[in-house]
Amino acid sequence: MSVFKKWFGKKDKTDEEVKEEVEQLQQGLEKTKQGIFSRISKAIAGKSSVDIEFLDELEEILITSDVSLSTTIKIIDRLEARVAVDKYINANQLNNILYNEISTLLEENNTKDIDSFSIPNEAKKPYVIMVVGVNGVGKTTTIGKLAYQYKKQGYNVILGASDTFRAAAVDQLTIWSERVNVPIVKQSMGSDPAAVAFDAVQSAVAKGADVVIIDTAGRLHNKIGLMDELSKIKRVMSKVIPDAPHEVLLVLDATTGQNALEQAKHFSAATQVTALAITKLDGTAKGGVVLSIADEFKIPVKYIGLGEQMEQLQVFNRRAFVETLFN
Amino acid sequence: MFENLQDRLDSAFKNLKGQGKITDLNIATTVKEIRRALVDADVNYKIAKEFTDKIKDKALGEKVINAVSPGQLMVKIVSDELTELMGGNVEDINIKGNPAVILISGLQGSGKTTFSGKLANHLKSKMKRSPLLVACDVYRPAAIDQLKVLGEQINVEVYSEVESKNPVQIALNAIAYAKSKGNNVVIVDTAGRLAIDEQMMDEIARVKEAIQPQETLFVVDSMTGQDAVNTAKAFNDKINFDGVVLTKLDGDTRGGAALSIKYIVDKPIKFVSRGEKLDTLDVFYPERMAQRILGMGDIVSFVEKAQENFDEKEAARLQKKIVKNQFDFDDFLGQLNQIRKMGNIKDLLGMIPGMGKAMKDIDIDEGAFKKIEAMIFSMTPIERANPDLLNGSRKNRIAKGSGSDIKDVNQFIKQFEEMKKMMKKMSTMAPGGKMKMPFK
Repeated sequence: MSVFKKWFGKKDKTDEEVKEEVEQLQQGLEKTKQGIFSRISKAIAGKSSVDIEFLDELEEILITSDVSLSTTIKIIDRLEARVAVDKYINANQLNNILYNEISTLLEENNTKDIDSFSIPNEAKKPYVIMVVGVNGVGKTTTIGKLAYQYKKQGYNVILGASDTFRAAAVDQLTIWSERVNVPIVKQSMGSDPAAVAFDAVQSAVAKGADVVIIDTAGRLHNKIGLMDELSKIKRVMSKVIPDAPHEVLLVLDATTGQNALEQAKHFSAATQVTALAITKLDGTAKGGVVLSIADEFKIPVKYIGLGEQMEQLQVFNRRAFVETLFN
Repeated sequence: MFENLQDRLDSAFKNLKGQGKITDLNIATTVKEIRRALVDADVNYKIAKEFTDKIKDKALGEKVINAVSPGQLMVKIVSDELTELMGGNVEDINIKGNPAVILISGLQGSGKTTFSGKLANHLKSKMKRSPLLVACDVYRPAAIDQLKVLGEQINVEVYSEVESKNPVQIALNAIAYAKSKGNNVVIVDTAGRLAIDEQMMDEIARVKEAIQPQETLFVVDSMTGQDAVNTAKAFNDKINFDGVVLTKLDGDTRGGAALSIKYIVDKPIKFVSRGEKLDTLDVFYPERMAQRILGMGDIVSFVEKAQENFDEKEAARLQKKIVKNQFDFDDFLGQLNQIRKMGNIKDLLGMIPGMGKAMKDIDIDEGAFKKIEAMIFSMTPIERANPDLLNGSRKNRIAKGSGSDIKDVNQFIKQFEEMKKMMKKMSTMAPGGKMKMPFK
């Protein structure tokens, strides 16, 4: 506890006091795991209107879920405006207002819920999905799960192993293709990822496949050369099918903080991202930054990942997401 | 680029000018700004609050000296505190013991396997050890292969048991194997796991119990948000790790998680990892990290970035051409590309302390560079090498070819000539000057 001693040392606190403060902090962190709705009930118990204390509390809940400051302020402003109209409000009503405000935020930004793992009816086949994201977010796992779901729906799926850079990435995708039992187009490690993508799409056309999913190497969005490479991979696919890829899926890790906004910005600039997948939502991270991304970039969330198993991918459901944010 | 904290503080402090001391009343806005900056950087909300409260106590009563702006003074207090907090009890990695055993832990995708490879490389090349890598991730597809590929790259043996699903046994066998082979460090890479996955957390606790490592490291992605405190605490409660490794610092995250983790578990940050190449492992500099979290510019990183992309020979060649007034459009294009390679220009300039403020209102249009590029590409090779050749009809053709206006072409050529003059002047003023950046 040397840090804390240093920290509080100036006022000569006793060890016990220091210990107490540490405990308080830890308890506080514990509290962030509690549901928002029960906390709201407590915060406004016996009060006839929303007060500063409650708003502070709400601010804390949102920020500790990784919702950005500006989106947090937006939500609070909206809530205040609503409450100014109906003055006397009980916990239940307040919960509802809050819930509605947040899901409206998602809705306004065209996050339409999809019902199932199906490609749009009007889509020409093969439907080409390109998967992008920074390192370690779970792109390959998400692709494996997606392939499983599409296959379950009766589609013919082909995978393209365009992550030719990271050690054993091709092997990893190959294992997934075996698990799900779908064909994979691959070359050796270090080969040109754009060429692999081209081959995969071409092979999908030749075989009359319904869906082709292209894996790409993880890359940090501030590396210009690598982002250019990604644009090239995308461009090359359109040489086989002019409007391919039909979907560019940006995979975001739910544990990521505000940097996810930068990721969304730069990947969109390089590849015109059309949808988001949020992974690792089975942990304690809430992925609240998604609210800010929906708010700022108008990119809808389509899938959420909830574990390492094949079937642990779900289509995004606004209601469920807002609920987990608060539970 | 994120807004510079000092700019924010300077404006927050405007009302403080002429007041002799920092007081409770006039500091309120500032404290709020600092807190916001920290939260924006992903520092945990509660920790940011506590931290700023302490800062406030420290700053109260400080005299506002005329020479230093109150903003600067506050920034200094904040950055000193942050540096101290993050730097306390710096310790090297413990590799005493034969073999010394190092256990690597962390969430999925935090970069454990890449770090294991880097650490093995570091121990082998810098510390003259003979490491053995152990693949204990029996879950993720191809995780073992991944470690093997890395091992091959650095010529370090990888111990694995393809058929086994028992990480405890694999780790124990590996240590016995290391002893027989004379390896003096054993690095045990484990599967990624969530802190709330009790079964998996029990598993890593059992691995630790069985192998009694000299060093247990917790690997964490520097982009982690508010949840960093929960994860770090859960891992620490379970396996009481000795140090933290921050990965993916070559990204543009501010890295507030580093502060949160240090604050909550008080364990030293032993390594930072920046890049996918196996030689990109660094020791931790608390001061750099503090400045990064505060968004105050990171001159060291800027210089490093420049060096990474800097070509000594090319610079000498250009220098000669500039002095002889022969700098042409090809050279200009080359320079543009070199700058581009380094990244987003606004971000780059933002790394230079003090530049953040100057740059804030200037919107550097990256598209403008494309336009210039198009104009140069519309010139013939002879024109590019001989800027003086450009007459009216040539300019007209260039305008058409690049889809721009003749007046844009004229303006660009005029700027180019001015820049050329200026560069000649500068290079004669400061002989041997490096890194000329040809933007106005």
